[in-house]
Formats: sequence, C-alpha cells, structure tokens
Amino acid sequence: MSAAATITAHEAPPQSGPRALFRRLKHGDELAHLITLTFAAAILLLTSMLVYELWVNSHLSRTKFGWIFFWTRVWDPNFDNFGAAPFIYGTLVTSAVALLIAVPLGLASAIFLSELAPRKISDTISFLIDLLAAVPSVIYGLLGIFIVVPLMRNTLGPFLIHSFGNIPYLGALFRPPNYGVGFLTAGIVLAIMVVPYIISVSREVLLTVPREQREAALALGATRWESTWKVVLPWARAGIMGSIFLALARALGETMAVTMVIGNSARISPSLFSPGDTIASTIANQFTEATGDLYLSALIELGLVLFLITFILNGMARILIVVTERGGGRPA
Amino acid sequence: MITARRMWRKSLNVVMLTLTGVAALGVVSVLFLILGYLIWNGGASLSWNFFTQLPKPVGESGGGMANAIVGSLKLLLLAAVMGLPVGLLAGVYLAEFGGHTFSFIIRYTTDLLNGVPSIVIGIFAYSLVVLPVKHFSALAGGVALAMMVIPITVRSTEEFLRAVPGSLREGAMALGASKWKTIATVVLPAASGGILTGMLLALARVAGETAPLLFTAFSNRFWSEGWGQPIASLPVMIYTYAIAPYDDWHRQAWAAGLVLLGLVLLSNLGARFILARTKVV
Repeated sequence: MSAAATITAHEAPPQSGPRALFRRLKHGDELAHLITLTFAAAILLLTSMLVYELWVNSHLSRTKFGWIFFWTRVWDPNFDNFGAAPFIYGTLVTSAVALLIAVPLGLASAIFLSELAPRKISDTISFLIDLLAAVPSVIYGLLGIFIVVPLMRNTLGPFLIHSFGNIPYLGALFRPPNYGVGFLTAGIVLAIMVVPYIISVSREVLLTVPREQREAALALGATRWESTWKVVLPWARAGIMGSIFLALARALGETMAVTMVIGNSARISPSLFSPGDTIASTIANQFTEATGDLYLSALIELGLVLFLITFILNGMARILIVVTERGGGRPA
Repeated sequence: MITARRMWRKSLNVVMLTLTGVAALGVVSVLFLILGYLIWNGGASLSWNFFTQLPKPVGESGGGMANAIVGSLKLLLLAAVMGLPVGLLAGVYLAEFGGHTFSFIIRYTTDLLNGVPSIVIGIFAYSLVVLPVKHFSALAGGVALAMMVIPITVRSTEEFLRAVPGSLREGAMALGASKWKTIATVVLPAASGGILTGMLLALARVAGETAPLLFTAFSNRFWSEGWGQPIASLPVMIYTYAIAPYDDWHRQAWAAGLVLLGLVLLSNLGARFILARTKVV
C-alpha cells in the first residue's frame, strides 16, 4: 500500500496553481472536454437568456395589468388597453378544431403503417409523411389563402351552415356570416400541418409494442381490429398521448399559416366562421407596428405566455413518450 | 345469434382496417396535392426574370426576387456559421464526454428549445440584437435562425456519434491514441456522413422559417449590403406577396413558393440519399 502511494506521489507531484492546470490542458483530453462542455453549457445559457429577455421585456405590461391581462376582452392599442382573452380563446379554438380532425386521422394512419402495411410500403409512406412535415408553414399559408379559403367560402361553409346551422346548441358553432377566413379554416390548415407529427411519433410507439401481445390476442380468437383496438392501443396509450401533446404544442405555436387564414380580428365569437386571432398571429401581425413601450411589452407578454404553455406541453410529451418506449405501458 | 355476432365482428374488422388505409392514403395524397398546386400555379409564373431581377415598384408588373434569393442564402450562411459549430460540439460532448445528470439536463433543454415556437425565437432575437441598435438587420435574422439550427444539430450529431461502434474507439485507444485524438481522427470521420446530413436537414428546416424573420431581418425591396441592414428573404416575400391585393404579386408568390418548396424537398431527398449510401458500419 505504501509502495502504491509512493508511485502516485512520484507521478503526480503535489503541485498546484496555473502551471499544473496548463500541463493537464496540454495533454488534450481535458481541453477537448472543457471546450465541448462550454458549448453544451451555452445551450443552457441561451435558453435561460431567452426566458430572461421575455420576462424583463414584458415587465411594463405585467406590472400594469397583472393577472387581469388574461381575461380582459379588449385589445385597444389607441388607448393603451391590452387584454389577451380574445387571443387565448382563438388559440384554444383553432387548436381544438385541429386536434379533432388530426387525432383520428393521424391515429388511423399510424395503425395502418404499424399493423397492416408491409414494412417496405410502411417505410416509404412514412418517408413521404416526413416530407410533409418538412413543408414550410408559409407554403401551407399560401395554399390556405388560395385554396382552402375559397373552398370554405363557396362550398364547405355553406354546406356546414345548411346541415348543422339549425340544430339547437351545436348550430351556434355554424352561424353565418361566412367570409371564408376564420377559426374553422385556420383549424383545418393546422390539422393538416400537425398530422405528420402524430403519425410519425405514434407509429414509432406502436412499433415498440411487443409482438407477443398481438399474437396472444389473435390466438384467443380476436380479429385483427380487436387485437389492435383492445390490446395494442391500450399498451401504447401513454406514448400516443405524448404524440398528441407534441402536436398540440405545435398547433398552439404555429404562426404563419394561421396568420394568413384566420382573418386577424380580436374578437370572441361562438361561430367557427368568425374571423379571429391567435396569440402567435397577433404577435406576427402587430409586432413591427407596435408604437409605444406598453404596446410592445404587451406583445412580448403574449410571447411569454405562448412560451410557457408550449414549454410545459413539450415537457409532458417527452416524459410520456419515453415512459412508453421503455416498456412502461401496462397491458390493459 | 352467434353467427350474427361473428358477422358483425368480421365486418367491423374489415371496415375499420380499410378506414385506416384510406386515412394513410389521404394524408400522403396531401403532399402530392401541395406539389401539384405549386407546380401548376408557380411553374407558369417562373421565368428567368424571377431569378435575376429586383422587385418592381408597386403597380408595375414583372420583376423578380433576386434579392430575396440572395438574402435567404446570406441568412442561411449566418445561421450555419453561428449555429452549426455550437450544435456539433455540444453533440460531441453529449455523446463522448457527458456525465449522467448534466447530460440529461442539456438533452432535455435542447428538446425544449426545439419545441419553442419560432415566433418566440423571433422575439428573443429582436430583444437581443434589434433593440440595442434600434434597427432591423440580417445579423438579427441570422441569430434567430441559428437558435433554431442548434437543437436540431445537437440531437442528430449525438445520435450518429452513438451509432459508431465502441470497438472502433477501443481499437484507436489500444494503439495509444488519446481520447480527443480518437474522437477527432476515428469517431468523427466514421460518423461524418450522418452528421453532415443532420446539418443539411437543420438548414433545410430553417430555410422555410418566416415568423422569426418578420421583425429581425424584416424585408427589403432592394439589395441589402453587408450584414447590418434589413434583408429580404424568400419566405417573408411569399408572405407579403400572398396577402397583398395584386394578382401579379400572387403569381410571384406562387413562383417563390415553388422555388422554396423545391429547395426544401430536394435537400430532404438528398439527405435521405446520402444516409442510405453511408450507413454507419
């Protein structure tokens, strides 16, 4: 034991200070470690700076309006009176419409890709769907303005008003006037944009469900659909929820396509045909023309709200997906 | 009774499974619809002038988007210069040096940063770069795009480094190479195809971003010199031209959309092709 101690002492003389540090750095490994660590830490720093800037620059608005900001229904830059309620409402309504369309469509496609399609076809279709996710949002906006809006104004809108407009309660959602732009149009465009996320994450999750689970169900006499619906889906439900949260976070924060088709008007109206505004579209539309510090500060506070919501949703989504893929899903 | 139930179950099976197939086909057909519409509407308006001329003043027809094409390239260059090195080195840290807790925090933060809405990134770049100097600039736009490049690059770099088999590292170390020498001369070259693909995809992703540029790079109807002036970019031009009330501008928006989508899809296809060719061992 004493021999070992002498050797160590001999190899690394008890020398401290800058000279020793320099010698260790010269070796290379420590230096490389330090440099890469710095860059990794830079990501932490950038993220904290992001939060800090949003917090500090929204100070004026936060101190002036406090919590009332969230349920004030007036947004009037001329009189320096700002409330976020119409935008929060618009964000929630468009995202809800988007998920109502995208979840069944995405889940069904994911089931087809993981349970039915041969691997080769499934991979090809998945690649095409990844390409769909790569289409820039301004392109969706362009198609929204020139294809979906006219379609909504001339065909789909009148049809919906005619079919559902007279049903009690439900009819309130489908009241004229119908300009083509509005919550429903924005929701439909959003649905198309988030479907690829639901499909690709759900497919991955479904593929991690052990094959024995399916075989056991089939051996008990279940049909293919029953084995999927009653065994595979319950096993993967946490991960599927994760994919939906991910899609929701995307839908809430999506800016350009929504801005181009929602009509940009700060109002709360039950009709889905009404023009509206979301948090993101308001920032995109008004940021450059914001005159006055309070106006700008209110817009940045909107950004802070959007950041916090998506931050929480994304965090929850990651946890759910990781839990399922590690096999934490319980057989029903 | 039993047969009726059996019939019901069998037909439910067929109906539901068919519906899933219809859903998948429907979603995929959207991609072809988008492509078709852009080629149909954009192809007709695409001309040589589009690539070589500046936008004409409001009211005159014709002109092109040469400045926006160059502008987009300049913004991408800035994003690449600022974002890629950070992403690469942080990715190397996570894959090769990282401990347990700190790596977990970095990884989690990276994922969350990746999920931050692009418009919020725009606000950040605005308050960081535009507010202090009080004017829009190409640099501010580049900072915003770099913020989006970083998380994508980190995760792809880490993933491809991890795919390099441990035996390669052990081999190099057994020959007496130090750790950083092993990484620099053995591990990184082995994963280079994948890492470059990841970078290409990151740039393709931010090439189409509009929201973070609206109030950082802003736009410009003329050439923008240097890095300190407002600068035009294809996505912002598409937005401005699409919501304007002029038919001629709409045609140009379609043409710009076709060019942008073509670039994005081609880089995605190219990345896929490179990946298929350079499978890591």
